[in-house]
Amino acid sequence: MKDPYETLGIARDATSDGIRRAYRRLAKTLHPDLNPGNKASEERFKEVAAANALLSDPDKRKRFDAGEIDASGAEKPRQRYYKDYAAEAPAGGPYDNRSGFADFADTDDLFAQLFREQAQRQRRAPGADLRYRLAVDFLDAITGASKRITLPDGGTLNVSIPSGIEEGQTLRLRGKGAPSAGEGVAGDALVEISIVPHRFYTRVGDDIHLELPITLSEAVLGGRVKAPTPSGPVMLAVPKGSNTGAVLRLKGKGVARRNGHGDVLVTLKVALPLEPDPELEAFLTKWTPRPGYDPRREMLS
Amino acid sequence: MNITRLEFLSLAGLDQETLDIWIEEQWLVPTGAGEEVAFSKADLARAQLILDLLEELGVNSEGVGVILHLVDQVHGLRSAMASLLEPGRNKNQSSG
Repeated sequence: MKDPYETLGIARDATSDGIRRAYRRLAKTLHPDLNPGNKASEERFKEVAAANALLSDPDKRKRFDAGEIDASGAEKPRQRYYKDYAAEAPAGGPYDNRSGFADFADTDDLFAQLFREQAQRQRRAPGADLRYRLAVDFLDAITGASKRITLPDGGTLNVSIPSGIEEGQTLRLRGKGAPSAGEGVAGDALVEISIVPHRFYTRVGDDIHLELPITLSEAVLGGRVKAPTPSGPVMLAVPKGSNTGAVLRLKGKGVARRNGHGDVLVTLKVALPLEPDPELEAFLTKWTPRPGYDPRREMLS
Repeated sequence: MNITRLEFLSLAGLDQETLDIWIEEQWLVPTGAGEEVAFSKADLARAQLILDLLEELGVNSEGVGVILHLVDQVHGLRSAMASLLEPGRNKNQSSG
């Protein structure tokens, strides 16, 4: 790296005021944001800024003069300047200013024609897409629903949720995004759906899974029990001797899909009485299981 | 990417009052308003440019407005020229 005094064009005995003035004079002409597109000046500015960072710190300057440190690594360069963002900014952004060539468009030559076309393209450019998130109730996601989003500016957006929508799906509402800066069409609103979990249903694809508690006698003797489904309760025939974990399938009671419906899968779970039941205890004390009733046999043998 | 007002103040190292003045002067034009105001990375880089002008280059606040106006025009011209030279380039795609 070059000598920082040389870089700033100052004498070795320059005052701190002299250093600042020299730096400012150079920075005014070299600052990257005042020279967009000029790589050479950006490189030179980095040197000047580094030299200034070193010499404007009295302690560092003293150590440099004494030969204790060299001139490298004095300043961490900035990653990106404003010019880098401005170069990528879409036409019609908040800082976009085309007034500098408005007069060209009044003349008649080829350049003017190109500028006019360019300006027209910008006027017709559509508005930006706006993104929103919407939390949908589990059952609304299955049956479909109509929801209203309140926007930051106080406006509202009506969203029609199609039946069977899934977590993470995005709905595109044409023309509900930001208006065009010129005469173009408005952008779209993109609504990302998240589904609020349900108390006892879970969804796997088009099927609904449900854990249904049954009494001991329903499990042993079988019987008809009422089971909830998203489309309303149904009577479910529990076969005799149904154990915890047995799965019963209710065909067509799941999520609507193009050719029919998914199913509801009911997993049975035997639930003992919540309070101790003396009669049940007395009965079981007298009951002798048949030989071979050992549910842990496969674990312990 | 959106930056909230509070994040912006801490990233740019500004106080509330200064930021309000900059927005009022339209040196910065964030999106949204009130509680929902949002800044971009471009706004942050622009704030850094304003700080450079005020602190490093000794420009006074009247001068900052003049410079930003000219800088915006330069970028307008550069972008118009770029799309004339590369007609295939899609300038309507937003980025960053």
